[in-house]
Amino acid sequence: MGTLAASSGILTESCNSNVKKQESGQKIKLLTSNNDLVEVDSAYISTLNKDLAPNHNSESRKGLPGKKFVLVVDLGKCKNARKCMDKCEAVHQLRPDQHHLNVLLMKDSEHTAPYYMPKHCQHCDNPPCVKVCPVDATFKRSDGIVLIDNERCIGCRFCIAACPYSARSFNWFEPKDAEKYKNVAYDIEKNVPQKKGTVTKCTFSADCLRDGKLPYCVSACPNGVYYFGNIYEDAVTNGTSGETVLLSELLTKNSAYRLMEDLGTAPSVFYLPPKDRTLIPEIGDTNS
Amino acid sequence: MTDLYRKEIEIQKEQFQDLVTELNAPLNRTGSSFKIWIGFLLLLIGVAGFMYIRQLKYGLGTTDMRDIASWGLYIADFVFLIAVSLVGSLITAILKLSNIKWATPLTRIAEIIAVAALFSALLIIVVDMGRPDRLWHIFVYGRLQSPIVWDILVVNTYLVISLLLLYIPLIPDIALLRKTMGHKPNWQQKIYKILSLGWQGTEEQFRILDLSLKVLMVVIIPVALSIHTVTSWLFASTLRPGWDSTIFGPYFVAGAFMVGAATVIVTMYFVREAYKFKDYITEEHFNLMGKLLVLTSLVYLYFNLNEFMVPAYKMKSGESAHILGLLVGEYSLLFWSVQILGMMLPILLLVIRPFRKPKPLMIISVVVVIGAFLKRFLIVTPTLLHPFLPVQNYPESYHHYNPTFSEMMITVGSIAGIALVISLFIKLFPIIPVYETAHEKGFSNEIINNS
Repeated sequence: MGTLAASSGILTESCNSNVKKQESGQKIKLLTSNNDLVEVDSAYISTLNKDLAPNHNSESRKGLPGKKFVLVVDLGKCKNARKCMDKCEAVHQLRPDQHHLNVLLMKDSEHTAPYYMPKHCQHCDNPPCVKVCPVDATFKRSDGIVLIDNERCIGCRFCIAACPYSARSFNWFEPKDAEKYKNVAYDIEKNVPQKKGTVTKCTFSADCLRDGKLPYCVSACPNGVYYFGNIYEDAVTNGTSGETVLLSELLTKNSAYRLMEDLGTAPSVFYLPPKDRTLIPEIGDTNS
Repeated sequence: MTDLYRKEIEIQKEQFQDLVTELNAPLNRTGSSFKIWIGFLLLLIGVAGFMYIRQLKYGLGTTDMRDIASWGLYIADFVFLIAVSLVGSLITAILKLSNIKWATPLTRIAEIIAVAALFSALLIIVVDMGRPDRLWHIFVYGRLQSPIVWDILVVNTYLVISLLLLYIPLIPDIALLRKTMGHKPNWQQKIYKILSLGWQGTEEQFRILDLSLKVLMVVIIPVALSIHTVTSWLFASTLRPGWDSTIFGPYFVAGAFMVGAATVIVTMYFVREAYKFKDYITEEHFNLMGKLLVLTSLVYLYFNLNEFMVPAYKMKSGESAHILGLLVGEYSLLFWSVQILGMMLPILLLVIRPFRKPKPLMIISVVVVIGAFLKRFLIVTPTLLHPFLPVQNYPESYHHYNPTFSEMMITVGSIAGIALVISLFIKLFPIIPVYETAHEKGFSNEIINNS
């Protein structure tokens, strides 16, 4: 991924530069994104500083081409291990009472057994939060991911009020470890460093997806709860076993559903009902 | 010209001068009680300012708002202040366009309340922002699909029209001050000179003044309705139980007229008492304002019936937790106090004439205003505390919202600011319109201009 970005950056520069540079005569071989081996004069090479923001933040607003991400949560497998929550909290510089991801103890009706339900941002296709944002700080990308730019956010919290899934969190105080993150360049896709007075939310780990990896929470799960993938490819990969399955088959076979479908928010997160549960929790397990 | 006629003119001129002296009396008399009052208000504003600086430093964590109750007292205060400001359009535009003459001495009181409340509302909404330093983002990155942007547009439009409705009828009165306030400090005389815009009192000038007022009075009505309708949409545009309502617009507007009428009654009572305006703000004014308060409260009662009865009858899942919380649950004491003391009881009492005497009416109006504030709190908070999904893995305190001292003092400061603006205004300009009163008492322009 890094090499591709570097080589395409170099080609753009050599194509667009109007100024004729003094050629050094020293040629360097490079592999292009079309898999062609090319030679470029070393005078046209400029190194990209990898310590700066991993991706330019305006690029982060567009989304990855040809992708539409989907998360499938198999409720039957969740044992409330909370490895996903821990990982999320650590990666996104969150305080313990801030949740991008929250594992809830659910009980649908009096006569059904309770179950654990990990709840992320649902990355809705009709996102109520994006509609109400007055400054375009929170936005929806072509790959389905809803992100927030905390350098744009004015802290009005209208999006928190609008979200029916209570998926958003606010930095009421100076963020955790602010001193440690002081010199880190802001990355929209990771939403780090956090900033006081702004809203923060689940990013579907867009930074991992750009690198072709699974989201942090998905790979952290020890119980095989999460499947993640690209809806256009109709394939999702289990974060624990690494097994890739057909998305449409997984959803229909298990009678998948989405949270509060009747609200018309069109979430990108699907839940498989908690059948064959490995653990039936007692109500009162969580400090609710 | 006969001597008799000349004498008659002289008498009228003297009468007019008496009127001017009486109405401008507050500008010339500043007692120690006024100074204490101003000192008290400044103290409250100072405390609020200190608390706000502290909030800027430590973040909105100095409030009791958290991820579940993410809006609180400030937003309730904002809605309350917007509601109060609506009375400007009720008294100056709606009553005047309906040719109701008795409200003339109250127009300026209503308009200064509107302007002061709007300024305060704009400040409190900035106080509620997590990043007030990024206010400019709204103008650079503003998106028209957000109800916040609509609100900013209509509230500022309303502010401009309200300022004009306050200022334009003041021009002839300021021209008069230019003549009579020669003993005042230079800066004050300079203000009068600039603000009077070279007013001479010609027929042509009066014609232009009347025409522009008429245009503004017509324009302000839809704008007034829209400021509170759009403010209600900040809630109604979400999916949450308790906010997801189609009658929020008219429900908010009706409540606004009720609290606005009550605010005018309280203000006119204290203005009348402090400055002996018993001949201008009469018992009949209180009687009629009392009736107006009954009318607006009845309309509001009707909307309350719709807003709470209908969902309570259905008990739809999702709505039911919210409705039960209000009617019999955690918020029932506050809810019923507000509904009974702040709306139903005033209606019952005020249909009886003795309760429309100045003092009882003022006391009832204070209760209505307090009730109206708490009602805004009940609109904002319980809905947020009952989201669709269970509130888990948060500290216990996240299940409740109890405003902190800091929040309360800042909110009190926002109200004190309004009182300060009104109090200082009374010391600089006649609070009862001089020209309009003179015209209604039958003085001709000739008398007025030559006195």
